[in-house]
Amino acid sequence: MEVDRREFLVRGGKYLMLFGGASAAWEFVLAGTPEKAPDYDAKRHWWAFFIDIEKCIGCGNCVRACKAENGVLQEPFYFRTWVERYHIPPRDPANPEREEHPVVDSPNGGYDGFPERYPEGDGSKNFFVPKMCNHCHNSPCVQVCPVGATFDSPDGVVLVDKSYCLGCRYCVQACPYGCRYIDPRSNTVDKCTLCYHRITKGLTTACCESCPTGARLLGDLRDPADPIHELLRKHKVQVLKPNLATGAKNYYAGLDGSVR
Amino acid sequence: MHELIRDKEHLFRLALLFVVGIVLFLVVRGLFVPEGFGEIGHYRVGALEDNRDHPLTFAGRAVCADCHGDVVEAKSGGKHAGIGCEACHGPQAAHARSDDPSSAKPEKPDPVNLCLVCHRNNVAKPAGFPRIDPNKHNAGASCHDCHAPHNPGLG
Repeated sequence: MEVDRREFLVRGGKYLMLFGGASAAWEFVLAGTPEKAPDYDAKRHWWAFFIDIEKCIGCGNCVRACKAENGVLQEPFYFRTWVERYHIPPRDPANPEREEHPVVDSPNGGYDGFPERYPEGDGSKNFFVPKMCNHCHNSPCVQVCPVGATFDSPDGVVLVDKSYCLGCRYCVQACPYGCRYIDPRSNTVDKCTLCYHRITKGLTTACCESCPTGARLLGDLRDPADPIHELLRKHKVQVLKPNLATGAKNYYAGLDGSVR
Repeated sequence: MHELIRDKEHLFRLALLFVVGIVLFLVVRGLFVPEGFGEIGHYRVGALEDNRDHPLTFAGRAVCADCHGDVVEAKSGGKHAGIGCEACHGPQAAHARSDDPSSAKPEKPDPVNLCLVCHRNNVAKPAGFPRIDPNKHNAGASCHDCHAPHNPGLG
């Protein structure tokens, strides 16, 4: 069959249009799946965290989930989130002026749970405290970064630009909550991203997803319908080290004064 | 004699040096400052996208409910109703996002050790949380003999 130039151009144009239409349709299909959702507008969110100490059972699910989700190194000194156990011995009535100091332990960050260490009914106070990056609004870590590799995102998450980090460790020292470490694989700093890859797709963080008691909750303070507003209203909440005025956004309910 | 400034050449030379310096500064700055830096803050805008690019490991309970509605039904009203599926079954994004989910089936959790992750005795656990001493509470028996894992009440 002979195809002259005119015929060739007409047919080619038709095929091109069909192909273009099909790929546009495919893009539309992909946009329906959460991981391709393009409609995330960072300016319309302000992420915060609610942690209920009265609900934490020290199971370590959050620690394991965080390491699995974010590929955190398994060694017991790399954590984006970890759980501490506080043990406050009873006050001695013979020396009431002497305040007992809390004993804090966190075996492998709580990754393997907490083996029973203290006897029942000895008058001591015992509880678990989950810890993670507070995503401070006035974060000391952001202030000390000499190159702008760590920053406060428009939706209130403190993130790291790994391609830009020098690994100078200023931020590791500046963080009053001990939430940063140097990843030896890249020699850059690493920290909790508040599961930025999840929350921007409409999912919750891995630690919240796997917490069995609901001791942790991710909340969007810019969304008036978010349950975090109700929780913040119903509980007496406190942030860690409020005296440092870091603008921490992890609100702890039932926080004991001994927690540092 | 009529010249306003004598020996102007040195001024031109100085001005030239300044111009060369400024041009050099702009060129070096352009080379070293990454694209998108400073557009919305003192950081590279692309870093937001880099942080979003991480792959998922946990699928999220909403995805589980799409296929396993019967389990959601079994859990409702029970003590375990609020617990996400992956809290016990582990991260399942590979299973949920696979074209053939039956090929990436999650392992069945060990019925005793899994329950004890939460319910083992520990004084630091909050008051009222159900906890047992595994040596005293029907030692050796499987928890599933009496408790259905998705709705563990004794009926």
